[in-house]
Amino acid sequence: MIKLFKNLGKRECVFIIIAFALIVTQVWLELKMPDYMSQITQLVQTEGSQMSEILKNGAYMLSCAFGSLIAAVITGYIISTVSANFSMNVRKKIFNKVENLSMDEIKGFSTSSLITRTTNDVTQLEMVIGMGLQVLVKAPITAIWAVTKILNKNWQWSAITGAAVVILLSVVAAIFVIVTPKFKIVQKLIDKINGVTRENLTGIRVVRAFNAEQYQEEKFEEVNTKLTNQQIYNQKKFAIMQPTMYIVMHTLTLGIYFLGAFLINEAHMTDKITLFGDMIVFSSYSMQVIMSFLMLAMIFMMLPRAQVSAGRINEVLDCEISIKDGKLRKNKTKEVGTVEFKNVSFKYPDADEYLLKNISFKANKGETVAFIGSTGSGKSTLINLVPRFYDATEGEVLVDGVNVKEYAQEFLYNKLGYIPQKAVLFNGTVSSNVSYGENGKEKITAKKIREAIEVAQGKEFVENMENTYDAHIAQGGTNVSGGQKQRLAIARAIARNPEIYIFDDSFSALDYKTDAILRKELKKYTKDATNLIVAQRIGTIMNADKIIVLDDGECVGIGTHKELLKNCEVYKQIALSQLSEEELENE
Amino acid sequence: MSNEQNTIRTPRRMPGGPRMKGNPGEKPKDFKSAITRLVKELKEQRKLIIISIILAILGAILSILAPNRLSDLTDEISKGLVVNQENLANLSTQIMNSFNEGMAKINTNGTMQEFNPQNVDMPEEMINSIFNEIEIDGNVITQQEQYEFIKSMSDLMQSGDVNQLYSKIDEMPQSIQNVIKPKMNIDIIKNISLFLIILYITSSIFNYIQAICMTNVANRFAQQLRTRISIKINKLPLRYFDKHQSGDTLSRVTNDVDTIAQSMNQSLSSLVINITLLLGSIIMMFYTNWIMAITAMGASLIGFSGMFLILKNSQKYFIARQYELGNLNAHIEEIYSGLNVVKVYNGINQSNEKFDEYNKKVCQANKKSQFLSGIMHPLMGFIGNFGYVAVCIVGALLTMNDVISFGVIVAFITYVRLFTNPLSQIAQNMTLLQSTAAASERIFEFIDEKEMQEESKITKELKKEDVKGKIKFENVVFQYDNNDHPTIKNFTATALPGQKVAIVGPTGAGKTTIVNLLMKFYELTSGDIKIDGVSIKDLTRENIHSLFTMVLQDTWLFEGTVRENIVYNREDISDEQVKEVCKEVGLHHFIKTLPHTYDSKISENDSVSAGQRQLLTIARGMLEDSPFLILDEATSNVDTRTEELVQKAMDKLTEGKTSFIIAHRLSTIKNADLILVVKDGNIIEQGNHDELMQKNGSYAELYNSQFEI
Repeated sequence: MIKLFKNLGKRECVFIIIAFALIVTQVWLELKMPDYMSQITQLVQTEGSQMSEILKNGAYMLSCAFGSLIAAVITGYIISTVSANFSMNVRKKIFNKVENLSMDEIKGFSTSSLITRTTNDVTQLEMVIGMGLQVLVKAPITAIWAVTKILNKNWQWSAITGAAVVILLSVVAAIFVIVTPKFKIVQKLIDKINGVTRENLTGIRVVRAFNAEQYQEEKFEEVNTKLTNQQIYNQKKFAIMQPTMYIVMHTLTLGIYFLGAFLINEAHMTDKITLFGDMIVFSSYSMQVIMSFLMLAMIFMMLPRAQVSAGRINEVLDCEISIKDGKLRKNKTKEVGTVEFKNVSFKYPDADEYLLKNISFKANKGETVAFIGSTGSGKSTLINLVPRFYDATEGEVLVDGVNVKEYAQEFLYNKLGYIPQKAVLFNGTVSSNVSYGENGKEKITAKKIREAIEVAQGKEFVENMENTYDAHIAQGGTNVSGGQKQRLAIARAIARNPEIYIFDDSFSALDYKTDAILRKELKKYTKDATNLIVAQRIGTIMNADKIIVLDDGECVGIGTHKELLKNCEVYKQIALSQLSEEELENE
Repeated sequence: MSNEQNTIRTPRRMPGGPRMKGNPGEKPKDFKSAITRLVKELKEQRKLIIISIILAILGAILSILAPNRLSDLTDEISKGLVVNQENLANLSTQIMNSFNEGMAKINTNGTMQEFNPQNVDMPEEMINSIFNEIEIDGNVITQQEQYEFIKSMSDLMQSGDVNQLYSKIDEMPQSIQNVIKPKMNIDIIKNISLFLIILYITSSIFNYIQAICMTNVANRFAQQLRTRISIKINKLPLRYFDKHQSGDTLSRVTNDVDTIAQSMNQSLSSLVINITLLLGSIIMMFYTNWIMAITAMGASLIGFSGMFLILKNSQKYFIARQYELGNLNAHIEEIYSGLNVVKVYNGINQSNEKFDEYNKKVCQANKKSQFLSGIMHPLMGFIGNFGYVAVCIVGALLTMNDVISFGVIVAFITYVRLFTNPLSQIAQNMTLLQSTAAASERIFEFIDEKEMQEESKITKELKKEDVKGKIKFENVVFQYDNNDHPTIKNFTATALPGQKVAIVGPTGAGKTTIVNLLMKFYELTSGDIKIDGVSIKDLTRENIHSLFTMVLQDTWLFEGTVRENIVYNREDISDEQVKEVCKEVGLHHFIKTLPHTYDSKISENDSVSAGQRQLLTIARGMLEDSPFLILDEATSNVDTRTEELVQKAMDKLTEGKTSFIIAHRLSTIKNADLILVVKDGNIIEQGNHDELMQKNGSYAELYNSQFEI
């Protein structure tokens, strides 16, 4: 956590020092108050005191209280500024870091975990700083200061105050020790109850078709009962806390008074009134001591959680980025629109087995190269090496004759039009989605957007939408169908005017007819562009210039459809599983 | 549908720790009716609630009584501060009398003209002759001691200073000290202390029992709510889940129920306690002294009105914070989940700009809301101190005029606390209650959702064994409640026993809807579906479901062992049968390679591939020996080579059964006995593959498009 505090700027540091000074002032003023309190009590007690004296002391005390309020308000302002700025900076840092992580690293963290790290964990830390920082500084100062103030007053009183602190802290500690492990169980049970409910919800048709409603309900009830019993157990333990605090604090005051009675009784006449005043003061100081110890205890309960959050954040910030950005920002060779793999092998950094083995091929300008193979054969991995989502473990991936590692990523990306398996749409409009990003060339015009959508076979549905091209698209594109999403994602690539298209199984949600028309139109529209296509359907790739058949990470055949049917067994199998023998012969 | 409903709700509960404050962004639509409903639903727990309310009130009353007794204690102690005036006066007069008498005697004897006790020591025989032994309250004071008293008192005559009097008293002989020194009644002090201790302990015990009662009430209530939701899930029509995201229902089961349980536990008892304390302290204050009561209440109320003003104004910042945070989180979620696209399209700058904008807004809102919530505590401290000073000053004034005793001030110092604390607690509880109301609104909204049609009147039953296997769709029309045109229009078709019927057509044509109607997941708008001539309206859903085996596109497996997943809810299935089925679908070998074979756990993300998952669900279906079979896109997740394997298993499954197959891949259904081509809810073509190809209509077009470029 300390490490993260380095993210505080200079201004924040100065702010913190000021806040620290203010907190000390606050404590000083707050501890001064009991003095005036005792003055007032003594004055009230002694006959013949002047009203003006009481008023004077009252005014002092009030100004102390007011001063401490002002100090607290300023501290509050400073701390809220510091913690808000801190969380803003940390959040930005994580966000920028995540943007630069490679797919492999993101997979390692998992996207949802990265999201919680950027949002929830930062908020958690912010809360600790916002509330904790002040208490963490104030409580010990108050405790120590108050202790020194009362320590030399009377040892008997000090002793019972000490005893009260010890009792309270041990009760808190005991509850903490007993209940904390149980909290983890509760968390697990909550996960489980979520799991069972999700199970029922996602499989609702199966549950009903199997008449398994009762089976599910019983399953749920079992976890439900466990959860409830555990919760009750925990809360019962926690319920001890308040009455204990109540008894200890009140008994302490009573004890101080009771002891005081005896002390006063024994004392010399001259000391009696002072003792009485001391007694009142002592009881209020001892409350301060106890309260600050309790506050500290609470903070120490909060700290571990913050520590966990800080650890999770640091994990992201410290993560070494495996993909290093290159420097090249202009074309080195005359080649345009070529993609070449030279003996490329790939495995995940910490894996033993290669996902791709010794792949070589070249796609020339205007060519269509297709990749096919069963699930897990490495098609997507291969294509992901071009935009450097991963870097090849061995061998080279060349775009326009230059190793992709040499390019500045931005420059490389301007050459590419990539359409992922799962279409990604952003919150915005149809137009803003299609014209997304920068392509290093001219800004994408409204005309271009229309053209792109038309080529992507989206014209009909877009123009049927309310507000047509300015129609609202919800986050993740939840308000359009899967096929529509894919078409918009393809339109986005077209609008960029790239040299090289990369289709990572991007036609899967389209029906055969739309798929066929789309590819035909696209070919017409982008004669010069190179296409890399990953597909499941034979129909999609049959007419490619080159088909690369992958099996278990190895290239088992390169050629055209016809060639491969003759000499590649794997390809033939795939083809036969989709089309009948005669249909294949018809082609 | 507004787009807020579309986005997944982010969990509202910060992990861990009871919430001290209600989420200010969470506001119920109708606070009053939500709370009324909540109270009504708590009927079963009523007994415990009443007990705990009574206990809370008793505990609170006891803790109000305490300061009063404490003030008695202080009074008793302060009695020990002042000299016993009566005895002092008594003593002085007695001693002075004998001294004056004695002196007069000596003077007439002429032994000494003048005697100044300050200057000269009196000889002992003289002292003895002047003074007589006196006895006060059983203390005998000798002549010598009387002389010393007179000596020190004569000093005081001049100064009249109290402090000097006290120091002189300390020097006086023991017997005199015994007489005039202040004495407190230790017995009374002991009694009061004992009484207070008992009071504290009883009050704590009440509180503890009360807390345990409430814990039970809150958690058992939460358990009940969860159960009700769980049961409700299975009573709702499928339509509900088409419209609502499962994340939404999930968050009702966990987040909302949790909010209710927690806040009920915290707020209900604390509300009762604090209202009692507030009322009690007001009564006690007025009972003790009305001037002081007005002072204490006035001082605190001035402070509180200021605080409420701030609180009211700050509400909007809290809402703003929640809103901005939501925006930021949505943006983060969007960018992270689409990061590959963001990168390759060079959208990083664009995303950073947006991020900075949101981040800054969150920061601004954070500053304001945190600042305001941060100063609440010191402000309350100040109000407390302000009340203290006011009470002290007014109290001092009154004490000096002998209107009240010092103990009253001490009592009031506590009363000020007793008055201000509950006020702020009640304010806090109100925000908690608001989020409770919001949560309970969402839960009861779900529980009150319209259920599927009642079926208890249905008496007909079709036995599995007796079914021949004919299904007839007669002019079936289906329209969603909120749609203006029907999804299924006048659908008529007949499936004969043992036939394999395929339903094909573009996405959105209504293929799955037809199946849902057949399974009675949806209710027909008009027309009828007849199984062996019996209308499905005359059969219970349970009966219909038992007649069908269904394998779906989403390979639904749950966390559990392989065996559990295959057997599912059926009870009379032997291990042999499971093995048999797995062998048939070609899973047996794969399962053998798993670490615990049939007892291996299946969890969401592990080595079981999509194809194997599909096979598992098919195996599950095969165990269900029913006369009808529905395969709804059962192979779309599987790559084409695996599909062949699955296909074999499926063919086995369809043997001798009337089956309905929905498929994307036309190769799967080429051998169907009847192909229904559906478009826009209508059958536009029907026949077998060859017939339809000859027709050269929609089906042929669809089929041929597979081979086009």
